[in-house]
Amino acid sequence: MRVYVFILGVLATFLLGWIGIVGIPAAMLGRVAGEQEAKRYTAEQLHGRSIYIREGCMYCHSQQPRAQGFGGDQQRLWGRASVPADYVYDRPHLLGTMRTGPDLFNIAARQPSQVWHSLHLFNPRLITPGSVMPRYPWLFAAKFSPAPGETPLNLPDSLVRGNVVVLTDEGNDLVAYLLSLDHTTPILMRRNDSTRTSQ
Amino acid sequence: MGSVSDNFTTPIQPHHSSGAEHDEQIRILIDESVAAPTVAYLAGAMVWLVVGSLFGALASLKFNLPDLLSSQAILTFGRIRPAHLNTVVYGWVSLAGAGVTVWLMGRLCRAPIQWTGLLYASVVVWNLGLLLGTGLILAGFSGGMEWLEFPLPAALLIATGFVLFAVSMFRTFMLRKVDHIYVSLWYILAALVWFPPLYIIANAGLYQGVSEAAMNWWFAHNLLTVWVTPIGLACAYYFIPKVIGRPIYSYYLGLLGFWTFALFYNWNGLHHLVGGPIPTWAVSLSIVASLLMFIPVITVAINHHLTAFRHLRMVKQSPTLRFVVFGAMCYTFVSVQGSLEATRTMQEVVHFTHYTVAHAHLGVYAFASMVLFGAVYYLMPRVMRWEWPYPGAIKVHFWTTSAGIALYFLAGTAGGWLQGEAMIDATQPFMNSVSVTLPYLWARSAGGILMTIGNVVFVWQFAVMVRRAGPLRFTSAWSRITSHEDTP
Repeated sequence: MRVYVFILGVLATFLLGWIGIVGIPAAMLGRVAGEQEAKRYTAEQLHGRSIYIREGCMYCHSQQPRAQGFGGDQQRLWGRASVPADYVYDRPHLLGTMRTGPDLFNIAARQPSQVWHSLHLFNPRLITPGSVMPRYPWLFAAKFSPAPGETPLNLPDSLVRGNVVVLTDEGNDLVAYLLSLDHTTPILMRRNDSTRTSQ
Repeated sequence: MGSVSDNFTTPIQPHHSSGAEHDEQIRILIDESVAAPTVAYLAGAMVWLVVGSLFGALASLKFNLPDLLSSQAILTFGRIRPAHLNTVVYGWVSLAGAGVTVWLMGRLCRAPIQWTGLLYASVVVWNLGLLLGTGLILAGFSGGMEWLEFPLPAALLIATGFVLFAVSMFRTFMLRKVDHIYVSLWYILAALVWFPPLYIIANAGLYQGVSEAAMNWWFAHNLLTVWVTPIGLACAYYFIPKVIGRPIYSYYLGLLGFWTFALFYNWNGLHHLVGGPIPTWAVSLSIVASLLMFIPVITVAINHHLTAFRHLRMVKQSPTLRFVVFGAMCYTFVSVQGSLEATRTMQEVVHFTHYTVAHAHLGVYAFASMVLFGAVYYLMPRVMRWEWPYPGAIKVHFWTTSAGIALYFLAGTAGGWLQGEAMIDATQPFMNSVSVTLPYLWARSAGGILMTIGNVVFVWQFAVMVRRAGPLRFTSAWSRITSHEDTP
């Protein structure tokens, strides 16, 4: 008999924690709508997002700028503090817990250039000396000449030896995803779909 | 604590005092039933310990040498890092935890292990899950959430492995031949009840967006709450009094410690999202729960440390005690650090830095792994009826791993703090927060390599032991071991 009491007791402590810090927040956030803050991803961006996950970008880059007065994100111009409505279409979430590199939630606002992102993914140290970010050579292909619509990377000839280097489809989509990371739109404070003021 | 604690001290006290001979027969019966499944779990754990250590060392070196092995997608940092975490947590710690639990259950229930067929099936399924999951992460099919990277098929295999294990353990518990349920058994039973729903809920895909982030960190922190920590504490509660031959300091404190642990630890997870886009009240709740963890941690500390510190010479002389007491001390340290780290003041600086990574290693390696090492050193000679062939290698194992984790922790903590200070100071360029960490990350890699060397020495001796090879020895490792450890 006492064993059952014990088992029910430990089960209860577990379920209470689940309800308390996951269930209730999830129920509150269930009413949050994307509409204004978050735009739906295009197929291309969504594929790029899966490349972002595949290569583990989230282990070094967060996607959650902090508010004024908590850290230096606002002074670094990393964008307004994010709100739950920014993430309604995200699955899996990519909030991240590490900033070996900077926060990327508004990287497209800071670096809107396709050329910048391509070069940076090809070799981060070409752009940021001392960067510890890996290269992603498998997102690029070397060719004799670019196909129509492809823009070759502007690399020194010593590096490419007569070839051109272009992004693969995967690389293109990853850049498309990175260029979608712009959450500088203001937060709407309307009562029904806003997140800040959930009744 | 007088007569009460005495009753609970020696977990395998005779049910009815029926003579040493009868005891001996029962013990032989129990040992025969646990030997094969225990070794099966541990053998798997050893493989994943080596694999996981190599992943970890490589991931760490990639911070120092970003172009190291970087031309193949399969070896990129973003795949090696989750491969490291998942192999050490679900492979090494979990399989070793299961193997040690099987052995402990025999002793604590004073009954042969039931339904061992389920355990063999569990070992096979669990290892297949690990192989599949690790392969899928490396091949680029990660689930994408930290601690939950194994895709669904692999997670299902692991969940099945755990449930098979739990069923056998419960069956054994139901047929127990003891009246008292010792403290270690509370923690084990709770872990068996907690892990399956936690792991299944987390893999069920119930949430989206920020709610999913809340679930993610509830899960990741609770994996320590419901599995890693209870098993580590069960071992410490068993082996410290067992080897010393003295009761734990206070049985009542043990009770208080257990229930406050169960109540507060389950609410800690959201301190991983301080300052994030999560309802603030929920984060505050987790911070408060983290601070309340002082209560179970201090009670456990009193029980473990006061028992051990009264017999320091034994701690020095017994390989088991040396590892377990080191682990128990690190449990106190990592818990106190964790409670303070959860506050907003600390999180402003150390969130998003290597400080947190160092903290995680203090928990999973310096506490859980060291305790498990100690447990393996105790039970293997009894299971194999063969003494550890190379006592010197145990010393090498202890000093490389303890020095390695100390270096890892100090370097990661100091480097992480400086990284955080540089990051929150917007007058400095962001790159300062990278470059300031570099010397510390070299030291951290050196610590990781030391730990890897120690782990390999340990696994090598385990492999010799399993074949009952190496020099035949008639006394326990390290000559002047007390008589308590000689009688199982």
